[in-house]
Amino acid sequence: MDDKPKKLALIASQGTLDWAYPPFILATAAAAMDWDVGIFFTFYGLPLLKKDLQASVSPGSNPAMPMKMPFGSKGFQSFNWPMPNILMNNVPGFEAMATNLMKKTFKNKGVATIEELRDMAIEMDVSMIGCQMTMDVFGFKKEEFIPEANIGGAATFLEFAADANVSLFV
Amino acid sequence: MSDLKVAKTLDTSGLSCPMPVVKTKKAMKDLEIGEILEMISTDPGSIPDMEAWARQTKHDLVESYDEGNSYRFMIRKTH
Repeated sequence: MDDKPKKLALIASQGTLDWAYPPFILATAAAAMDWDVGIFFTFYGLPLLKKDLQASVSPGSNPAMPMKMPFGSKGFQSFNWPMPNILMNNVPGFEAMATNLMKKTFKNKGVATIEELRDMAIEMDVSMIGCQMTMDVFGFKKEEFIPEANIGGAATFLEFAADANVSLFV
Repeated sequence: MSDLKVAKTLDTSGLSCPMPVVKTKKAMKDLEIGEILEMISTDPGSIPDMEAWARQTKHDLVESYDEGNSYRFMIRKTH
C-alpha cells in the first residue's frame, strides 16, 4: 500500500481490569488493519505498562456492572446477580472474588487476557507512551515498566495525535 | 463449497474480538501475493469485522460463508 496508513491515538486513563480492555482491543484491531497506533497511559492507566500486570475489577465503583457466574447451567450463567453495595463495600476479598469471576467468564467466552492483548500490541508495533508526570506523582520507576514503554508527557502524545484519524479517551 | 485453492487455513474457533482479525493479519504474512487464506471463526461479529478489515487493509475478501455455528472467509492477499 502506497498511501499513508490511518492513525489511531488513544489515551488509557483507567487501570481496572474491565477498563483495561477497550484501549488494548481497539489498539490491536487497528494495528491488524495496518493502522499506526499510539496509546498514552496516564493516571490510573499507567500501571497497565507495568511488567507485572495486576488489573482487577472494582464492582463498588461500577454500579451497572453485571455479575455473572462462570460455571453452572446456562440459565445460572445468564442470571444477573444483584450485588448490594453493602456487600461489595464491606465484605473483605469481594474485589478479588469479582476479579476472578470476571477473568473466568472472559476466558470461557474466548476473550484474550490483558497480558495477551498487550503482547499482541507490542508485536504489532503499537507505540506505548507512559506519562512522566503520573510516574512522579505515584512514585513509579522506569524499571517497573515493560521495556517497550516510552516515557513522555502531554506534548509527546499530542504530537503523535496531531494528525490522527481517530482519537479516543478511555 | 468453494473451489478456490487455499494456501493456508487459520482456525480462530472459540476466540472473540479482536483475535480473529489480529490472527488473520499475522497469518497473511506467511502468504505470497495472490494466495488465499481460509479463516474459520465462531465469532458472529467476525462477519462485519472481516469485511471492514478487508476494506481497510485492501486485501480481497473473495468469499464468506455463514455455516450456522461458524463462519468461513476466503481472503486473497493483494499486496
